[in-house]
Amino acid sequence: MEAFYEWARVLYENTGINLPFIYDSYDRDRMINGFFMTVKLSVTCLFFSVVIGIIGAWLQSSPLKWTRRIVGGYIQIFRNTPPLVQLYFFYFAIGTLLPKVTNEYGGQEPILGGFAWAVISLSFFAGAYNVEIFRSGIEAVPDSTIEAAEALGFSRLHIYKDITLPLAIRVVLPALNNNLVNLVKTTTLAYAIAVPEMLYEANQIWSDNVNVTEMMIFMLLVYFVLVGVLVWGMNRWERALKIPGFGA
Amino acid sequence: MTMKQSEKNILPVMMPPRARPADKFRLKAWHGVVLAFIAVVASIPAFAAADPTRASMFEVLARWVPLLLKGFVFNVIISMSAMAFGTMAGAALGLGQISLNPWVRKSAWFTTQFFRNAPWLVLLFFAMFLLPFEIKIGGMTIPLPDWLKAMFGLSLPVMANVSEIVRGGIASLPSGQWEAAESLAFSRTQVLWRIILPQCVKRMLPPWMNLYSILTMATVLASIVGVSEVMTLTGQALAAEGGRSDLLIPFYSFVLLLFFIYCYPIARWTVRLEKKFAVIN
Repeated sequence: MEAFYEWARVLYENTGINLPFIYDSYDRDRMINGFFMTVKLSVTCLFFSVVIGIIGAWLQSSPLKWTRRIVGGYIQIFRNTPPLVQLYFFYFAIGTLLPKVTNEYGGQEPILGGFAWAVISLSFFAGAYNVEIFRSGIEAVPDSTIEAAEALGFSRLHIYKDITLPLAIRVVLPALNNNLVNLVKTTTLAYAIAVPEMLYEANQIWSDNVNVTEMMIFMLLVYFVLVGVLVWGMNRWERALKIPGFGA
Repeated sequence: MTMKQSEKNILPVMMPPRARPADKFRLKAWHGVVLAFIAVVASIPAFAAADPTRASMFEVLARWVPLLLKGFVFNVIISMSAMAFGTMAGAALGLGQISLNPWVRKSAWFTTQFFRNAPWLVLLFFAMFLLPFEIKIGGMTIPLPDWLKAMFGLSLPVMANVSEIVRGGIASLPSGQWEAAESLAFSRTQVLWRIILPQCVKRMLPPWMNLYSILTMATVLASIVGVSEVMTLTGQALAAEGGRSDLLIPFYSFVLLLFFIYCYPIARWTVRLEKKFAVIN
């Protein structure tokens, strides 16, 4: 490992290609922290957006007209406005309305920080797509299957949890994965509210070292590999869960 | 249709999505106005006790609306030009993906995947920081203003997505079309231009419009890199009003509203076209 760090230093001295996130331990830590922040942000948003999707899809099949309408309105609003403005709206507009708490140094700080708002905003954004995705999957489960489950004495919750959802998930997996990949790409927006994710840390490093070109190319490659691995894994998962005979 | 569907599948477990329960209610663009109004009104009580000498938030907003609208028009211009540029480059790349030459095919595939996997914001940074502020060709100096670079940066992901739309559209046609055209002795170029592409355009239109709406919403990213579009102007207007916190909700709601009014009709139209052009198996 040391040899690799040293190689980057030699590379800089000989060619001027400056990769401080390899040879400089401080920048290296920043980059690694940024990477894990991106992963943490993605996983948290992924979890909450799927939860929102499942609950929303369940509410959309509600017999109450207004429940369906409110969920429909939520979907349309979040799908047709820019995620960045949503993020600003949550962070700046709603964030300032919330009460402040005193931190351990005695200063005032907002009750929810940048990370929390990024999670809330991006989860609602991705969740709006997930609701529609899950709904289409739930509607693909035939009535007869549900009737059979009812005849076997399953409760409404059990039918949803144990019969409809496992079948629906297999149908919606391609669309869901697509959305989740998009979510990972959207986490870069958290840069705008100074959440220290990968792009933000890269920005810090290039501000300190004036090596925009190298950092920019590195960022492109990292995201290409990260998203590429994700897409590859998702495709394998899709194939493993495929219902035989359904779809192409 | 359901009968046919279940015959085709080996396991008759899954069916196509059922029609939604008949509900005449559809969200219209003006519902956004109502919602924005509610958001604004809801924030009034919190600040009702504020200093009466200050201008009310509606007066302040009304004062800034012309400027914000100008900024929004700029967003629309960026989105349209990025779309035009991205579509041209993407169509070429998409045709490259079905080229008979394996090298062209592979490099087109790689370029598409590369720009599709990179986040829009990273590509925007890439274009903003790595393009020079002017290019010298011969003795001529062509300036590259910020917005032009932003347009270029946004058209990169558009290019990759259009490339996939074109490839998908061509792949969605039954191979019988190709075979029939070849048996009539059309050359490959003729088959592509006269037979395949005219049929594909219809199918590619809904995803293309969808992409346009995504691109329009992505134009606000340009505010992060300092292009003076609607979000930047909003921030400046708020700063000019002395950072009053009661103005935050009306201003941001207004920006959300602008985008909603512009993008929602596009989304509805896309859904309509999708239904119209749906391929019934």
